[in-house]
Amino acid sequence: MQTLMTGNEAIARGAYEYGVRLAAAYPGTPSTEILENLAKYPDVYSQWSPNEKVALEVGLGAAIAGARALVSMKMVGLNVAADPFFTAAYTGVRSGLVVVSADDPGMHSSQNEQDNRHYASFAKIPMLEPSDSQEAKDMVGLALTISERFDTPVLLRITTRIAHSQSLVELNDPQERPLRPYAKDARKYVMLPAHGKARRLVVEERLQRLVEYAETVPVNRLELRDRKIGVITSGVSYLYIREALPDVSVLKLGFTHPLPPQLIKNFASQVEKLYVVEELDPYLEKEVRAWGIEVNGKELFPPYGEFSAQLVKEKIRGESSVQAAPFEAPVRPPVMCPGCPHRGIFYTLKQLKLVVSGDIGCYTLGTMAPLEAMDTCICMGASVSGALGMEKAQPDLAGKVVSVIGDSTFLHSGITGLMDVVYNGGNSTVLILDNSITAMTGHQDNPATGKTLMGQPASKIDFVALARALGIRRISVLDPFDLDRAKEVIKAEVAAKEPSVIISRRPCALIVKTIDPPVEVHDCTGCKMCLKLGCPALAWDEEKKSVQVDTALCTGCGLCVNVCKFDALRKGGAH
Amino acid sequence: MGKDKNILLVGVGGQGTILASKLLSTAALSQGYDVKMSEIHGMAQRGGSVVTQVRLGTRINSPVIDQGEANMIVAFEQLEAYRWAHHLRKDGVLIVNSQKIIPLPVLIGAAVYPDNIIPRLRERIGRVVEADGLRLAAEAGHVRATNVVLMGICARFMDFPAEIWQDALKARIPEKLLQINRKAFVLGYDYAAAV
Ligand SMILES: Cc1ncc(C[n+]2csc(CCOP(=O)(O)OP(=O)(O)O)c2C)c(N)n1
Ligand code: SF4
Ligand code: SF4
Repeated sequence: MQTLMTGNEAIARGAYEYGVRLAAAYPGTPSTEILENLAKYPDVYSQWSPNEKVALEVGLGAAIAGARALVSMKMVGLNVAADPFFTAAYTGVRSGLVVVSADDPGMHSSQNEQDNRHYASFAKIPMLEPSDSQEAKDMVGLALTISERFDTPVLLRITTRIAHSQSLVELNDPQERPLRPYAKDARKYVMLPAHGKARRLVVEERLQRLVEYAETVPVNRLELRDRKIGVITSGVSYLYIREALPDVSVLKLGFTHPLPPQLIKNFASQVEKLYVVEELDPYLEKEVRAWGIEVNGKELFPPYGEFSAQLVKEKIRGESSVQAAPFEAPVRPPVMCPGCPHRGIFYTLKQLKLVVSGDIGCYTLGTMAPLEAMDTCICMGASVSGALGMEKAQPDLAGKVVSVIGDSTFLHSGITGLMDVVYNGGNSTVLILDNSITAMTGHQDNPATGKTLMGQPASKIDFVALARALGIRRISVLDPFDLDRAKEVIKAEVAAKEPSVIISRRPCALIVKTIDPPVEVHDCTGCKMCLKLGCPALAWDEEKKSVQVDTALCTGCGLCVNVCKFDALRKGGAH
Repeated sequence: MGKDKNILLVGVGGQGTILASKLLSTAALSQGYDVKMSEIHGMAQRGGSVVTQVRLGTRINSPVIDQGEANMIVAFEQLEAYRWAHHLRKDGVLIVNSQKIIPLPVLIGAAVYPDNIIPRLRERIGRVVEADGLRLAAEAGHVRATNVVLMGICARFMDFPAEIWQDALKARIPEKLLQINRKAFVLGYDYAAAV
């Protein structure tokens, strides 16, 4: 049977069909739906881990114990998981281990555009790159086979277009889930230097065998057509080439680390003009050039952004199509939802004119107008540690810095930063925005929500007890809709000469089941104070000289009621 | 089987473009087409621009529609029609819902919502079908069926037999909402015949 699947659904299906017993991940666009879909197959144990390093270690543990495992993450997640990733190349596995990295060319939802193919060569780990959903599914099987045959983890590298595009996939029945017996093998799995040195040689010898394998593996496919032009490519770029230039010869590489030199040289010798078409870095191109092969690549194609069939046509055929100019349309950026618990906090931070060391999550939208209350956002967890650096190094900032961090992000990598603040005598104030969910990536559970990925009840992290255990003495809990109290508490804690934690507690507006009736407007004076909240349910009506409430959007959260000094906005249904 | 078709569904997060794309792909698959769809998502918040690209034909390679190659754009909101109009082929059809959803930069006075969008689109595009989707959906029983009204209009420009669409509705919509949606679809389909 064939069905339409996204690349992510297909990878989950592949894990199910090819005997994976355990899967672990931390959410991150565009990888999140892999585990969300795997959780629909009860035969595979799947879980959210607090971060990517933990997820990879859980997966590696399973593979060392004898079960097939899959771990997935967005590309920056592999930075977090890099430590176990590199050493896993040395230990190898007992049963297959696939690590999925979902890269984001075009930066649709990421803070950078790193090309994780370099991780494969850096860590000396084999890599596969699918071009569509069918290949994504098949390559989970191939990755597990390679992993077991060569005793190594395998990197399955996808991009946003693969992860989020749907194409037809043939479904098969699941094979049985093998479980190999465990046996202690300290020389292989205890990476102290003496053992590591011996394994180091194994890694090199394995790479040699993988090169030979790459020469003949069917996913590296020679498609000879017109010999005037030959293109070496991988991933989604292959589809753009087939679309734009159906007649050219193509070397489609599905196995992209290590590369097959003979196959590539052979292809190069059969075509008149050779191109490499790859999104992001000249990863293939550099290697090909190093073998002394003349090739056209990044002098034509940009090292950033996504490609398209049109771009390929333009750069290779020199056909530039005349494009209609777009109309000028104002942007429609994502905004905090009506009723969002984060809004009031950022409104208050702006009023208090604080320097806000920010972090990643829905609350990063507090950067945008009209709230404009975030100074930095680097990577997950950096808010807490970054604020410590700021206050230690810049006297002007003492007593002015707060860090804001979401519940999921705090558990991911904020705890160690807070430990640092306490240990090194910082005075920072850390605001944990506890909306009881990992909202940004589509509402995943985390260790503070009381539920697991597979829907089981779980213990809930208590942020107050956690902060206390780390040595924080000033801990407050507040409701972000109570603006007066929020202002008072934040002011007092920032002024305090010791570290403090404020937990702002209210669930994400999209997970609460009951909403209040929309607010009502009575005799608006036109001061426009409430518009500073940036709530999409509030708009200014120039004709009526009054603010208007979009009753379809308003959740009746009452935040604007608290902001209005003239009692013009009132809770709905009150009279 | 007809020629390859490229369809862009554009709107605002929460308007139901995803269900619309599923109806379209279900109908196309049952007619034996190869189908590819692409949709960049990942932000949980409602209210940003969303676009789903649907391609159908005998064999589809790229999941992405090149600029100027869309045979049809179904815009769930006026400003989004305006934003994506240049992706249409010269002989393409633009279906646009009359609804306006004001983006935040306009709400806070940092930008202006363009005037006269529909007439300006008509100046440049040969075939523009404007419909008050909200009104038709309300007539069918619920404003949330606006997406299905628009798909009813879209169906007029596709060469699938009518019963294929009925099957797609049945396959994709929960039983208790089916009647309203069937009605919404027919209202859209008939509306397109009348304009
Ligand atoms: C290392 C890394 N992993 C994953 C992500 C993707 N990501 C960004 S924010 C976020 C979670 C946000 O959740 P939370 O902190 O609870 O804030 P909320 O969105 O709920 O407000 C995730 C998973 C990332 N940017 N970096
Ligand atoms: S999804 Fe939840 S946390 Fe994110 S902006 Fe919307 S209400 Fe706020
Ligand atoms: S009560 Fe006010 S702030 Fe809250 S959602 Fe409604 S309009 Fe927005």
